[in-house]
Amino acid sequence: MAKQKLLEVKNLKQYFPAGRGEVVKAVDGVTFDIYKGETFGLVGESGCGKSTTGRTIIRLYEATDGEVLFNGVNVHGKKSKKELKELNRKMQMIFQDPYASLNPRMTVADIIAEGIDIHGLAKTKEERMQRVYELLETVGLNREHASRYPHEFSGGQRQRIGIARALAVEPEFIIADEPISALDVSIQAQVVNLLKRLQREKGLTYLFIAHDLSMVKYISDRIGVMYFGKMVELADAEELYRNPIHPYTKALLSAIPLPDPETERTRKRIVYDPAQHGYKDGEELEFREITPGHFVLCSEEEYKRYRAMYA
Amino acid sequence: MEKILQVNDLHISFDIHAGEVQAVRGVTFDLYKGETLAIVGESGSGKSVTSKALMRLLPTPPSRIKQGEILFEGKDLTKLSEKDMQSIRGAKISMIFQDPMTSLNPTMTIGKQIMEAILKHQKLSKEEARKRAIELLQLVGIKNAELRMKQYPHQFSGGMRQRVVIAIALACNPKILIADEPTTALDVTIQAQILELMKDIQKKLGMSIIFITHDLGVVANMADRVAVMYAGKIVEIGTVDEIFYNPKHPYTWGLLASMPSLDHKDTELYSIPGSPPDLLNPPKGDAFAPRNPYALKIDYELEPPMFQVSDTHYAATWLLHEMAPKVEPPAIVRERMKRFADIVARKGGKPRG
Repeated sequence: MAKQKLLEVKNLKQYFPAGRGEVVKAVDGVTFDIYKGETFGLVGESGCGKSTTGRTIIRLYEATDGEVLFNGVNVHGKKSKKELKELNRKMQMIFQDPYASLNPRMTVADIIAEGIDIHGLAKTKEERMQRVYELLETVGLNREHASRYPHEFSGGQRQRIGIARALAVEPEFIIADEPISALDVSIQAQVVNLLKRLQREKGLTYLFIAHDLSMVKYISDRIGVMYFGKMVELADAEELYRNPIHPYTKALLSAIPLPDPETERTRKRIVYDPAQHGYKDGEELEFREITPGHFVLCSEEEYKRYRAMYA
Repeated sequence: MEKILQVNDLHISFDIHAGEVQAVRGVTFDLYKGETLAIVGESGSGKSVTSKALMRLLPTPPSRIKQGEILFEGKDLTKLSEKDMQSIRGAKISMIFQDPMTSLNPTMTIGKQIMEAILKHQKLSKEEARKRAIELLQLVGIKNAELRMKQYPHQFSGGMRQRVVIAIALACNPKILIADEPTTALDVTIQAQILELMKDIQKKLGMSIIFITHDLGVVANMADRVAVMYAGKIVEIGTVDEIFYNPKHPYTWGLLASMPSLDHKDTELYSIPGSPPDLLNPPKGDAFAPRNPYALKIDYELEPPMFQVSDTHYAATWLLHEMAPKVEPPAIVRERMKRFADIVARKGGKPRG
């Protein structure tokens, strides 16, 4: 079965003015596809542009340059209200901070049903509440919770409310921006299991943005590694962990602390220095395929070397 | 080994409008000279409250040390006057916090902030203090220390700021360094550097570290011994090998099993059901019982005492009682246990972190 592209990101750029005529190139020419039904993990350090990429895809920011195609339709550019609404229904987002992302003055029912109301997905009040109850149960809460306010819930429960809100409009694609990093370890596992179950049941596609690499590996089918606004490596999750090629990826992987004292005692950390590439001025860096499905940002010369080593 | 700090049966409560929150409910542990003791637990387990109590940083009211003692150099810190405490805090016991952005004063130069700590506790002239501050910056790996002294916190990156915070904490050669989630706000590559730095400095200065975190990966990297806290109590304590390869408490099992290991993928993550108890009304019996798939009838009635597993390893679970039924821990934990015998054998006798 050929994999169907759900989302195509082409040479996406997002620049922010930094004053005095300078610009910050938060996302600087990123290209990747996300296939239907998969989880695409995006990792990198803070400031590398991974969250900006997610937010630009869903058009929280207007892209500086490049294209985002969702089911073949361009997300950016001029759109009628109706077209935009349709796109917004299919793409939803789950945010990092479950404390800041829920309006404290709205009840859980109103938070979850906001999308249902906007898109007119329920004809009667009863139907609307019925949907809310179903959603609450789907995410492991119960119907009594509907009339309460966000402050009455713990972090993990709030994140479940955020997930229910995203699911309310029956999206195809969910961008989860660090959805578990604010939660305790024992609660993280609950939320990750929930996300995986929902994916199985509803055929959802995820863009999972995180800096916790072991969780990203667990949940993702493919992973992209970002560094300073560029994607430096992209591969299947297994492949990326087994055969990292770009020196930055190697450094990143060597820095994850593993819950295993024996390995930790003998591990060597690798430090990445961007100067180590020794790129000459004007050398063209391109995202090249080293082995099938495994892409690395490299120069022509590095490409030959990587090919010789890995292909 | 020499004990540098003893905490005995510490109880701390917060009196709030709704009643008494029993944040710490009987914590006992020793800290040895030169070791790193990690305290792990979820938010609300009492790990930060315990560590702040050691420094007497909890505001009273609402907090109150109900009972117990903290013995350091022959003195009970719970009974010291604020003035006596000031000669210990920052000088003999020092602390670094989670957020390097908020623990520095944005309106003071870095140099001034380090010198402040030195001048407060040591009889040095300003010039000597300045020299010492430069040495400290060099010790924590900050280059161009002389120039950096004159800069403000906003001119430093997160990792660099945490280095400055460490330099301030080390200003008076403390005997004990308490690190409360010192790397949680940092990126993994920066985290690795800071952890390396802390280990390095510990080797040089021979201080003891209490390392508070919820990241078991960091614990595996840093700790000699580990205390696992749940609902205001230590439920298991042992050497790092004992806790990671021979855990006895079902809560420790749950924590270890809910981390994705790098080679398991298709199986669902083990997750501890439910959420931590409300310490306004702590449950009767074992506080973990309602979330514990291995709970016995007695867990709902009576709190388990600490059972001894080895000279260094204790756990508070009725499963260790001689009359308890035999249970199988989760598969991931069983795999870890298989490695324990090897590790003990390789180290010859008792495992030591």
